[in-house]
Amino acid sequence: MSLLSLTDINSRYGTFQALFGVELRVDEGEIVAVIGANGAGKSTMLKTVVGIMRSPTGEVRFAGRPVGHLPVHQRVSLGMSLVPEGRRVFPSLTVRENLLVGGWVKRPGPWTVTKILQLFPLLERRIDHPAGNLSGGEQQALAIGRGLMANPRLLMLDEVSLGLAPIVVRHLYAAIPAIVEAGTTILIVEQDIGQALSVADRVYCFLEGKVALSGRPRELTREQIAAAYFGV
Amino acid sequence: MSASTYRVVRSSRASRIGLAVGALLVAGLAVLPYAAGSGTLRTLISFLTLVTVAQMWNLLAGYAGLLSVGQQAYIGLGAYALWVLADEVGVHPFVAVPLAGLIVGLIALPTAGLAFRLRGGYFAIGTWVIAEVYRLVIANIQAVGGGSGVTITAASHIARATRQNVTYWLALAVAVGTIGLVYGILRSRLGLALTAIRDDETSAESLGVHVFRTKLWVYVLSSFGCGLAGAVIYLNLLRIQPDAAFSVNWTALMIFVVVIGGVGTIEGPIIGAILYFILQETLADYGSWYLILVGLVAVVITLKAPRGLWGLLTERRPVHVFPLQRHVRIDASGEIPPVSGRPRSACADE
Amino acid sequence: MDLLNNVVQGLLLGGLYALFATGLSIIFGVMRLVNLAHGDLSVIAAYVALVAVDVLGLNPFLSLVLVVPVMFILGYGLQRFVLNHTLEGGPMPPLLVTFGLSIIIQNLLLEIFSADSRGLDAGRIEDAAITVTSRLAVGWFPMLTLVVAVTVLAGLQLFLERTQLGRGFRATSDDQRAAQLMGIDNRHLYSLALAIALATVAVAGVFLGIRTTFSPSVGPTRLIFAYEAVIIGGLGSLWGTLAGGMVLGVAQTIGAQLSPGWAVLAGHLVFLAVLVFRPNGLFIRQAAV
Repeated sequence: MSLLSLTDINSRYGTFQALFGVELRVDEGEIVAVIGANGAGKSTMLKTVVGIMRSPTGEVRFAGRPVGHLPVHQRVSLGMSLVPEGRRVFPSLTVRENLLVGGWVKRPGPWTVTKILQLFPLLERRIDHPAGNLSGGEQQALAIGRGLMANPRLLMLDEVSLGLAPIVVRHLYAAIPAIVEAGTTILIVEQDIGQALSVADRVYCFLEGKVALSGRPRELTREQIAAAYFGV
Repeated sequence: MSASTYRVVRSSRASRIGLAVGALLVAGLAVLPYAAGSGTLRTLISFLTLVTVAQMWNLLAGYAGLLSVGQQAYIGLGAYALWVLADEVGVHPFVAVPLAGLIVGLIALPTAGLAFRLRGGYFAIGTWVIAEVYRLVIANIQAVGGGSGVTITAASHIARATRQNVTYWLALAVAVGTIGLVYGILRSRLGLALTAIRDDETSAESLGVHVFRTKLWVYVLSSFGCGLAGAVIYLNLLRIQPDAAFSVNWTALMIFVVVIGGVGTIEGPIIGAILYFILQETLADYGSWYLILVGLVAVVITLKAPRGLWGLLTERRPVHVFPLQRHVRIDASGEIPPVSGRPRSACADE
Repeated sequence: MDLLNNVVQGLLLGGLYALFATGLSIIFGVMRLVNLAHGDLSVIAAYVALVAVDVLGLNPFLSLVLVVPVMFILGYGLQRFVLNHTLEGGPMPPLLVTFGLSIIIQNLLLEIFSADSRGLDAGRIEDAAITVTSRLAVGWFPMLTLVVAVTVLAGLQLFLERTQLGRGFRATSDDQRAAQLMGIDNRHLYSLALAIALATVAVAGVFLGIRTTFSPSVGPTRLIFAYEAVIIGGLGSLWGTLAGGMVLGVAQTIGAQLSPGWAVLAGHLVFLAVLVFRPNGLFIRQAAV
């Protein structure tokens, strides 16, 4: 059964339409990556899933029920968690407090502060520092950990690699298998195609608000992906 | 780019009709003292000064986003400047009115330096405190009448009919003048800067708009207008008491009129002032219940119809009596010239 | 020696101002709302206490058992059903709505209770004082007021630092959208913030009602005092607000000593001086983030 499915999504900002009839599906236990150029509508899709934006048409189904009419906090309680673009940790709260607020919605599951610190040991020595003082990589690790604290069924990661050094990005991506193993499904939005394809079971490529290509990374050719990415 | 030619025009049918009607209305109002009685003139003086101060608040808050709750400072200062000029310096009271406005504008300049250190809601209360400081300083100085105030004796020596007629003409001139001022500002470079700031302060700054200087100008001009209005109001009343002249109720009145009429339009404050006078004439006997109603109306309009009465009236069909928008008219091929870039709303949500 | 007396009285009064100010500063911190009806809401608290004293025959201190919950509920409802609807569309709508509310509250109170000044009578404690030296006597009531103020502020500080709800408030203050992504229902949280703010204002309103008389029109003055305490102390710090309230209290008592008309003005002038020389407040080291 698919955990998340989008049908005929047409989200818009005022008069500007950002998505055109998007169809997308994430199955339980999968890692799905959405790639595409800047402005292709990837983040808009995530915002529509979590409820920051709404689509006037179509349906967002999560865990077997339509959620398109629910406000953000209720969707989060149902078990979806979005790690937003730009990390957006709470700068004046300490690392520990950030994690505790991440657990605002008390869902049963494996993730605790201790478990997060095992996943990202670099946070350990910063535990009582204000998150605003952390480096970009540390903040991104904290943002992912904070998203896990709610024990979501679906974790959505928006542009994890943005503005980070390649070695830091590799370190963060190394944590993904452990997250999946603990029973969380993952939807990644990423501009870094190589990184996304290396972990994903399936991939969608967005172009100008539409799904231009989808499939398993091994079955897609370089040319197909380049064509869907750049629209040439 | 297509070869079609196009013009940027501003006037519309509504605006040409508006101009004609407006000119007739002002002419009619100007000859009114020859026909109307003293009571009517008194009411009209209040009405015209209300239109003036409402326009000034609208310029400040609706166009420049400066949410002041302290414009009563400039009404009070205008009144006291009139008294100093007329009674202490010996300037003819009628000549003293414009001078009082200028003095108030000058006082507003350093005041802005203080108030501009605060933002948004804190700016609002800060301006209120500053108005209170002016009130308390004057109330504590016996040389300017202290708490009991002063009477403009120079003006009370002028024959009553003459004084009232001239005060009325001054009120009319100030009202028409400030409407013209706001219109002029909005059509000038300052107006363009204001629109840019209203849309996005940070990018306006990066495009070379001097945000601070623009807001300062608006603040000073708006205070100048309130100073003029204050002088006219007290030329009519003659007796100035600090508690009344610096009362926050002046600003409450401005806000109410602008909100019910429509924030950010020139037509709004005029419509609002008319509605306020109708409400006042019919309901003022109910005392505090009337004020409760006024408060409720303001709250409900803010929540349910934030564009005010003028916004409701023109929702279906935009009417611009004061042509401020630039319209593109296509002359030849009928093609619309391409607009570069995404519409602004596309990036509205972070 | 009179100066010392003034300073002590001012410090004690400052605690009360800090209580008013804290409510204002909490709601600004959590939802960036500047509430122009803040003072008038504190006047409502005093009138609720008055009714409790007159009708139920309660001691004013005991009336808090009633006044605090009433103001808590009023705060929750006001935010939930009115002010939450003003939060989209910039700073103008909340300002206009709270200004309108201020006018409504003042005139409703005027209609119900008349314009007469009223007071809450707490009995002998109001006059009792300890004589420290021949020149310096410290009243029991002002001291009790300060103790209560400090206790409430300390309680709030603990609440904000140690509880999950408190962390939720601070997280929302940092980044409202990100807080929503944690599953925080911001409308509920905002309503709780105003409820808590008005509960503290209720305490302040009752104590000020015992200390001085009140009438339906005193709200704006109280708003201004609360606001000055916040700005003098520096935004976003409870202990800064306490210090700000004390600076304001001392300025007012010393001003009153010079001339009765100068009490309030002296407070305003200190506020303006802070605005000119320390715009981030006296007790904040760095620029506000």
